Amino acid sequence: MATQSNSAHQEGPAAGRRDFLYVAAGAVGAVGVAGIAWPLINTLNPDASVLALASIEFDISNIAEGESVTIKWRGLPVFIRHRTAAEIEAAKAVPMGDLKDPETDEQRTKPGYEQWLIMIANCTHLGCIPVGEAGEFGGWFCPCHGSDYDTAGRIRKGPAPTNLVLPPYEFVTDTLVQIG
Amino acid sequence: MAHESSYVPGNAVEKWVDERLPIVRFAKEHLVDFPTPKNLNYWWTFGGILAFMLVVQIVTGIILAMHYTPHVAMAFDSVEHIRRDVNGGRIIQAVHAVGASMFFFAVYIHMFRGLYFGSYKAPREILWILGVLLFVLMVTTAFMGYVLPWGQMSFWAATVITNIVAAIPVVGDPILQLLRGGFAVDNATLNRFFSLHYLLPFVIAAVVGLHVWALHIPGNNNPVGVDVKSTRDTVPFHPYYTMKDLFAIVVFCIPFAWFVFFAPDLLGHADNYIMANSQVTPAHIVPEWYFLPFYAILRAIDFNILFIDSKLGGVIFFAGSLLVLFFVPWLDTSKVRSGSFRPVFKWFYWLFIVNFVMLAYLGASAADGNVLGIPVADFSKICTVYYFAYFIVILPLLGRFEVPRPLPPSISESVLKHDAAHAAQATH
Amino acid sequence: MNKIKSILSALCIGLIAAATPVLAAEAGPEIKKEPWSFAGLFGTYDQNQLQRGFQVFREVCSSCHGARLIAFRNLSESGGPEFTEGQVKALAAEYSIADISAEGGTRTAVPADRWPSPFANDLEAAEANGGIAPPDLSVMAKARNTSQPFPWWLLNYVTPYAEGGPDYIHALLTGYEDEVPEGTHNSDGTPFELPEGKYYNHYFPGHAIGMPPPLSDGLVTYAEAENGTAVPMTVDQYSRDFAAFAMWMAEPHLVARKESGLQVMVFLIVLAGIMYVVKRRLWAKVEH
Repeated sequence: MATQSNSAHQEGPAAGRRDFLYVAAGAVGAVGVAGIAWPLINTLNPDASVLALASIEFDISNIAEGESVTIKWRGLPVFIRHRTAAEIEAAKAVPMGDLKDPETDEQRTKPGYEQWLIMIANCTHLGCIPVGEAGEFGGWFCPCHGSDYDTAGRIRKGPAPTNLVLPPYEFVTDTLVQIG
Repeated sequence: MAHESSYVPGNAVEKWVDERLPIVRFAKEHLVDFPTPKNLNYWWTFGGILAFMLVVQIVTGIILAMHYTPHVAMAFDSVEHIRRDVNGGRIIQAVHAVGASMFFFAVYIHMFRGLYFGSYKAPREILWILGVLLFVLMVTTAFMGYVLPWGQMSFWAATVITNIVAAIPVVGDPILQLLRGGFAVDNATLNRFFSLHYLLPFVIAAVVGLHVWALHIPGNNNPVGVDVKSTRDTVPFHPYYTMKDLFAIVVFCIPFAWFVFFAPDLLGHADNYIMANSQVTPAHIVPEWYFLPFYAILRAIDFNILFIDSKLGGVIFFAGSLLVLFFVPWLDTSKVRSGSFRPVFKWFYWLFIVNFVMLAYLGASAADGNVLGIPVADFSKICTVYYFAYFIVILPLLGRFEVPRPLPPSISESVLKHDAAHAAQATH
Repeated sequence: MNKIKSILSALCIGLIAAATPVLAAEAGPEIKKEPWSFAGLFGTYDQNQLQRGFQVFREVCSSCHGARLIAFRNLSESGGPEFTEGQVKALAAEYSIADISAEGGTRTAVPADRWPSPFANDLEAAEANGGIAPPDLSVMAKARNTSQPFPWWLLNYVTPYAEGGPDYIHALLTGYEDEVPEGTHNSDGTPFELPEGKYYNHYFPGHAIGMPPPLSDGLVTYAEAENGTAVPMTVDQYSRDFAAFAMWMAEPHLVARKESGLQVMVFLIVLAGIMYVVKRRLWAKVEH
């Protein structure tokens, strides 16, 4: 009975306008739902207190040649390595063809500061911290899934897809570096 | 299995209730009278065991949540507070932690039973799909729960597993930040994992409701895999299967209690008794044993596939190893349900089990080590290939080429034959 | 028969799957399983041993290591060293605790207080100890483990073996060498060199440990037992006693847990027996 009378209505002259009203109501309603959903989801994004730690300064004068330190930036560990001349040479000698993610040693450091290698210390595979001065290529070796990095932090072997990530940084003075 | 309700309200009050909310009628129909094939073996008791485990986990979990503090500075110590100071806390905490292992042990048996006896075949496809969905929900819940004690393994499991989404091109990194609530796993991550770990079990309970509903439309599959033909083939669920399931649950509790009371940490990792430290990775990050086969698949892809890099490839195979289960009802082309009547299938099936255990073993081995003289990386690739080949190649082809053994005409006749064959063993 | 076979195969699958993580630990030098009084189903702590272990902890370890989860009151609780409440009260009074609500910022400790840490924070601890803060010992006995080669670890599930931590602690404390033994190699085959400020330890992963040998024979003077038997005052005995004490710190309710475990097992086995008979009687009338 009800169905019959409904279809009778729809066949009437006002049907087109009513369809339009349904579509319009649905569309405006969907905007409303999205407008409520996005703020709810957005609460999950990094909050203001997390974002406040975006930039840090670090004094590198105490890091002797051949040593490295790990500092914390945005909750992530960052390697600052004072490379030896031999390590720099080894990194420069690698032919681009051998690299999975080709980058020259110059691209990995700042001009004039090529002894300083500053990288986010999380393996680009799944985020473990690689062990320094280890592995086949004398750079870093990730114990989790066996990724091998060379002395410029470039991926050479194993499941990691890219080189260790370089954070945005610049040298404020010769001994002070700003990360972020 | 459509059947008439036999419920007759005993008095005026029952009648009054029955006309307004026939809940007693419903319970009698589905929990008491429900006709169940009489030849179900003990593999079929794991459904009941799983229901029991879900209740155990929810009850102990609610109690633990009353004493736990989801904050990076306090989470580790609050779990120790539960173990040391809360009355009986050491046992409750151990039941919950060991319970997760027992829950997964039971769910694996339940799934492998379904795979052997063809319980996913028509008309039970939706029942199977809901089951796979339950498994995925369980995996998610267990992972988040493992993060809560905030030990080293908790932290690095959270880091490694959330990093998986970063493999998705373009939107990966924003989603990763959305998931963690920061640039690294931190307090925000711990808090939301606690919230979700509390929520998801109730979602699981709801999907279990659908799973049982989907089971009660066609009724149970059974070890010979032929449909129920008459009431001679079935017995009422209560008391026959309630008592059998209860017996199985009690037996299941014996190894459960063994671990809880005598070795509550044996199934876990010593590293998780070291408080989380974002600056130090443990030498070997290994997930809990129940994730190992899938973890091995994730690790196995350490090479680029065309334009897909190794990391995304690993994630695709990892996700694929779960997703492929959804399609099993259509991948298996054989009309015969029970593996008992499929002479060739049996071989591949047991090889699949061995392969699965092997994947677990490889998942626990060091990435650069050897197993049986073969490098872990290569061995994992072989096992991963078989895992997928079983579903995508072997099951579809077997249905076409295999000649099954003749099926018994009905459940009761198979039972009689079975009894005759085993007449010598009068103990049955 | 088939059913039994099925159940057995299920158990095997479970056991193998459950046991695999043990493999994760790299096979280091093999650590012997020591006979502990608290091992096994009926294991209990030896109260005298815990008291001696506490003495070693207090006189030696606690000058560098903290134990922040341990309260003085725990020392008099049942299942532990079981000092008297008076002894614990007197012991606590010897320590002062930082308390911002107290005058001057510190006050005398009471039994409800936690064990005071030797350093104010990790940075200070690291500074005083060659750059690495000595780890907290509260749960140390569970934060370390030993590994056994295949298939021996399978036995751990049956015995059940939960004493890997104390075994490791005992091995570590007795595993110092004055000089690097000849022929020691790193894992990649290069000759082992001891970095400056480190000590050689046979059982420490990588062999180079920052902690100087903490114990020496006769370092701690044990009181004579009531019956007159003297406990040897050797590094081995000290290590054994401290490892037992560390296990108690990590698992203070072990004795109560195992006692209730035995009751639960008996209960479950009886209930399983009854349920089996119930099930059999019920199904006897059904051909299945």
